[in-house]
Amino acid sequence: MSPSGAEFIRQIKSQIAEVDPAEVHAALSGAGNGNGGVTIVDVRESDEIAQGHLPGAKLVPRGFLESRIDGAVPDRSSHVVLYCASGNRSALAAKTLADLGYEHVESMTGGITLWKDRGYKVEVPRKLTSEQRERYSRHMLVPEIGPEGQQKLLDAKVLLLGAGGLGSPTALYLAAAGVGTIGVVDDDVVDLSNLQRQVIHTTDRIGVPKVDSAQITMNALNPDVNVVKYQTRIDASNIMEIIEGYDVIVDGVDNFPTRYLLNDASVRLKIPVVSASILGFDGQLSVFAPYEGPCYRCLYPVPPPAELAPSCGANGVLGVLPGTMGLLQATEVVKLVVGAGEPLIGRLLLYEALGATFTELKVRRDPECAICSREPDAISDAEMGVFPDYEAFCAAAG
Amino acid sequence: MAKVRIPPVLRSSTSGEKEVEAAGDNVGDVLRSLIDQHPDTQSQLFSGDGELNRYVNVYLNDEDVRVLGGLETAVTGDDIVMILPAMAGG
Repeated sequence: MSPSGAEFIRQIKSQIAEVDPAEVHAALSGAGNGNGGVTIVDVRESDEIAQGHLPGAKLVPRGFLESRIDGAVPDRSSHVVLYCASGNRSALAAKTLADLGYEHVESMTGGITLWKDRGYKVEVPRKLTSEQRERYSRHMLVPEIGPEGQQKLLDAKVLLLGAGGLGSPTALYLAAAGVGTIGVVDDDVVDLSNLQRQVIHTTDRIGVPKVDSAQITMNALNPDVNVVKYQTRIDASNIMEIIEGYDVIVDGVDNFPTRYLLNDASVRLKIPVVSASILGFDGQLSVFAPYEGPCYRCLYPVPPPAELAPSCGANGVLGVLPGTMGLLQATEVVKLVVGAGEPLIGRLLLYEALGATFTELKVRRDPECAICSREPDAISDAEMGVFPDYEAFCAAAG
Repeated sequence: MAKVRIPPVLRSSTSGEKEVEAAGDNVGDVLRSLIDQHPDTQSQLFSGDGELNRYVNVYLNDEDVRVLGGLETAVTGDDIVMILPAMAGG
C-alpha cells in the first residue's frame, strides 16, 4: 500500500539530516560576514518569504529547486541548511539536494516558525511594487542579481562624470537597470556634432544642457530613477562636495586634469571608480578600487605631454566605440553594486575596434604611488589634482 | 624577433604601422631597435638622458616592465612589447 503524505514525509525525514534552530543561530551569530561557512536556503514561496526570512538566506522556492540551486549554491561540498515554514518542505528539498549530489545538507526542524518562537531575528525584505517586479523580471531570474540584487540597484547611488560619449550609454543602461540615484555632472549643452555617438541626446534638444537632456531620456525610460543634475565643470573647489556619498563613480571625462583630480578625491573618499577612455578606434577600461587595487596614478603616474595627449580638443572617434566601452563600464557598475563576479580591479582591458581584439594587462599597486600609498587623511586639499601645467595643459594641446 | 605594438598616438612616427618587429635580448634593446627603424619615436620614448620617459608605459606581454626588470627585462622571440598610452577621451 502506498504511504500517506504524512508517512512519506516521515520516511524522508529518516533519510536526511536535521538541525535545530539553536545550532543554526549559533553558526550565524559567530560567523561574522561569512555565515560560518553555512549557506542558508529558504525554500518557501515568494509570498511567504516577503513576510520575513532568516538573515542572509538565499531564496530558492522548492518548485524551482532543481533549476536554480546550482546558481545559489554552486559548490556541492558546501554546508547547506534548508528551511521552510515548519520543516516538512525543507526535508523533502534536502532529499532532493542529496539526490543531486550535495554532500552536507540539513533541514532545520520547525522551520521559520520555531525560529521566530525562539525569538531569533528575521529580515523582512522590502517589497518591490508589482510594476517593479515586472520591469525587472529578467534580473529576478538571474541568480547573481535576483530580488536582493535588484533592491541593491534601487538603493545604489552612482555618479556619472560626463554625459557625453561614454556617459550616454552608461546612463541609459544604468537607468534601465533601476539604479535608484544617478548623478550626472556636465557643464556642456547638446551640440549637433555630439549626436554621432552621444545617444542619450536628441536632435530636438540641440542647445539644451546635457544634464537636462540626459534626465529627460533616463526618466522616460525609467521613472524610478532619481536623476541628480550638476550643471558644472568639476574642479578642485567642488569635487569633494559633489562625489561624497556616491557608491560608485563612472569616469567618462574628456581630459587628463579631471581624471587625475577625480582619482585623488576618490582615493581620499574610498569610492571606486569605473574608468574608461576612448580615442579613434581604441578603448581602455579598468576599475580603480581605492586601497583594494591600484589607482589611476599607479597605472599612469605622470600624464603624457600635451602633444601626445590628443584629448582636449575635437578628436576623431568611431561613434560606436563609446557605446562599447560605456556599456562595459555600466556592466562593471552593476557587478560592483550587486557584488557579483570579478570586477576589473588590477586589470586593464584594451579594445581595438579595427582589429576586433581585446587585450588584458595587469595593473599593480605602486608602493610608492604619490596618492594611494598613503592613508586618505594624509592627502591634503592642496595635493589633490596636482598636475603638471594644470592650467596650461589643454591650451598647449591646442 | 619580438613584436612591438605601436599605439595610435605614435603611429605617425612609424609610417602608420601598428606593429613593428624589433630585435633585442631585452626590452631596452628592442625599443632601441624600434628607434633605429623609426627614428621619430626616439624623443617620444626616451628623455634626453636616455631614460624611458615616465609617462611611457611599456608592457612585456601582460606585465608592466616597471615590476619586472625595467629596460633590462629579458625578451624572447615570441614576446610582445606593448607601448601603452594614457588616453583621456570620453
